[in-house]
Amino acid sequence: MKQPRVISFPHMADYAVPLELLFGRLFPHAEIRPAPPITKETAVLGARHSPDFICEPFKYNMGNFIEGLEAGADTLFQTGTGCRYGYYGELQEQILTDLGYDFQFICLNRDGVRPRQVYNTLRTLGSPLTLPRMAGAFAVAVESIRAKDKLADYVRRHGGGNGLEDIYNKFLQALLIADSVPKIFTLMRAHLKQMQDTSQTQPAPPLRVGIVGDLYTVMEPFSNYDLERKLAKRGVSISRRMSVTFLLFGPPNRRTLRQAEGYLRYPVGANGLDSVAQSVSYAKQGFDGVIHAKAFGCTPELNAVPALMNLSRDCDMPILHLSFDTHLSPAGFETRLEAFLDMIEMRRQQRHADTCKSRDGHRFHLHQRRGTR
Amino acid sequence: MTTIGIPRALGYHRYGTLWETFFDELDIPFLVSPETNQAIQSQGVRHTVDESCLPLKLYMGHAAHLLDKCDALFVPRLERLGPRDEFCVRFWGLPDTVSATFQKAQLLTYELNSGLPGTHERAFLKLGRTLGKHPITTARAYARAQARQREVDFHRFSYARAELQATAPRILLAANPYITYDPYLGGTVARLIAHLGGVPIFTDAWNRTQCRAQAREISTDLYWTLNREMMGAVHQARSQVDGILLLTAFPCGSDCLANELILRRVNDVPVIQILLDEHQSHEGLTTRIESFMDMLEGRRRIG
Repeated sequence: MKQPRVISFPHMADYAVPLELLFGRLFPHAEIRPAPPITKETAVLGARHSPDFICEPFKYNMGNFIEGLEAGADTLFQTGTGCRYGYYGELQEQILTDLGYDFQFICLNRDGVRPRQVYNTLRTLGSPLTLPRMAGAFAVAVESIRAKDKLADYVRRHGGGNGLEDIYNKFLQALLIADSVPKIFTLMRAHLKQMQDTSQTQPAPPLRVGIVGDLYTVMEPFSNYDLERKLAKRGVSISRRMSVTFLLFGPPNRRTLRQAEGYLRYPVGANGLDSVAQSVSYAKQGFDGVIHAKAFGCTPELNAVPALMNLSRDCDMPILHLSFDTHLSPAGFETRLEAFLDMIEMRRQQRHADTCKSRDGHRFHLHQRRGTR
Repeated sequence: MTTIGIPRALGYHRYGTLWETFFDELDIPFLVSPETNQAIQSQGVRHTVDESCLPLKLYMGHAAHLLDKCDALFVPRLERLGPRDEFCVRFWGLPDTVSATFQKAQLLTYELNSGLPGTHERAFLKLGRTLGKHPITTARAYARAQARQREVDFHRFSYARAELQATAPRILLAANPYITYDPYLGGTVARLIAHLGGVPIFTDAWNRTQCRAQAREISTDLYWTLNREMMGAVHQARSQVDGILLLTAFPCGSDCLANELILRRVNDVPVIQILLDEHQSHEGLTTRIESFMDMLEGRRRIG
């Protein structure tokens, strides 16, 4: 009998769960084996076999592929739309072939994402599903991604403490066996309720920080040195618009351009425009600061940087620009992050003191004068 | 009368003649920045984010140089020529980068963004309207400008073809036009090759439409116009040259993918990749090109 196909795919945050769900339904006879979790080794391995100054996600994907192949996979999955990402597939396939691996490469790149083509590709790979059933499988996958993103967003906004993350992980476990849209929906509602019950109202309004930047670096905790968890440890409430849901159902560029309010007048590729538009809205909402995270050399995000600098100056809102690559030292990164958080915290206290002063300025004023003498 | 400043960088090296003739025909005074030099480079480095690519740094240097010498900067936004023919996103963000960096600067721009036939013509008609010219005058100016640009391109092409007949080691200089024709970047390398007794041949001189079609022979998925043209030229010339020199600037996003593929798929000719950045030393460059030429010479003697 023919050996069952073993399908593997690279990681991005915890999207392996919905992907596993999707492939499990598309290929009931195949084995789905997501690449082993990203470690330091993955990054080193990927960097060794990648072009010198390619963006980080390429290197992580590369490491994932090699580790996946080593773990026994014979079919690799890659998509590709967006800036440089659209061209990852062809080169990665070539590099892996040059390394001597024997595998089949499914690449749903720009030309391959039309429904008819996706259907044909999947059928030739041995999926027994008819078109409507396949559409159903995609609908379930999309719904699970939406549910996941919604809960993840809740966790981020509430600082991740109080066992919120445990509930979230339990949800991911439960998601693996959910097989229909209504089931996923009820699952999501139940866990969201649980989260709302758990998270108590915090004593003081927490610092609010928005995260913008290129999609992979912002979403994959390994590539951004666990930025979000570090912020959560300080009790910061994080807002991050970027997610796979956002990529799939985000607003069209025309609307985003309007939201950017003149800081950008044209789309600048990939999510550069989104970064600026989101930062503008954070500034309007009075956020304490914005963190702009990108992979080193990410051109769309670099296009956004001058606009972000202007925004930061005009709206008096600090923006921390972080550029991640495999050579960034964790200690240096932490120092900068801590300094940034200390700074925005001090700014908030200062503002608080200013408002107090203006409220009962008289007493405060006297007190101060006494102090200075 | 307003003077228009054209930075001699990025798009200029592809559409320079077109732009100059267009403004000439419309009787609009314009000023092209001088050829890149050390001062322009350091100006550019000062005005850009440190991890930007070298061509952008040079562009900003040129723009800064023109800033107080003209009334408006000419910064076109080149997005795409067709559904699979895109420019690097650097070009997409150029007007925004310039206006965010030099907030007082007046910008004159045109946009190539639909990828449909006739985009160029429409874009220039719109540009003419902004300049207050009659559409017929504009159309005539554009037609002349385009004819002139074609002439220049064809001249370059026939020159390159003639060079292929040379007996000295022929080296295909594969690079984006804004690197090839910048005397500070590609110029230095071409002079070095000529000085060492070789004949530099530019990929950008090849027939562009043909190149874009031929690029498929090396890569099927590539969608960056400039890289596709380069790749197509590499494919067409690979059997007629002695060596290929891939010239790229730090950290060029599209080159690093496309060149890697060329390095892996073009195996019948010696290929070398040379990376330029603003800390470039002339000696280092000389050593590497010298050793490449020596190697080619050695191959010739054996073969």
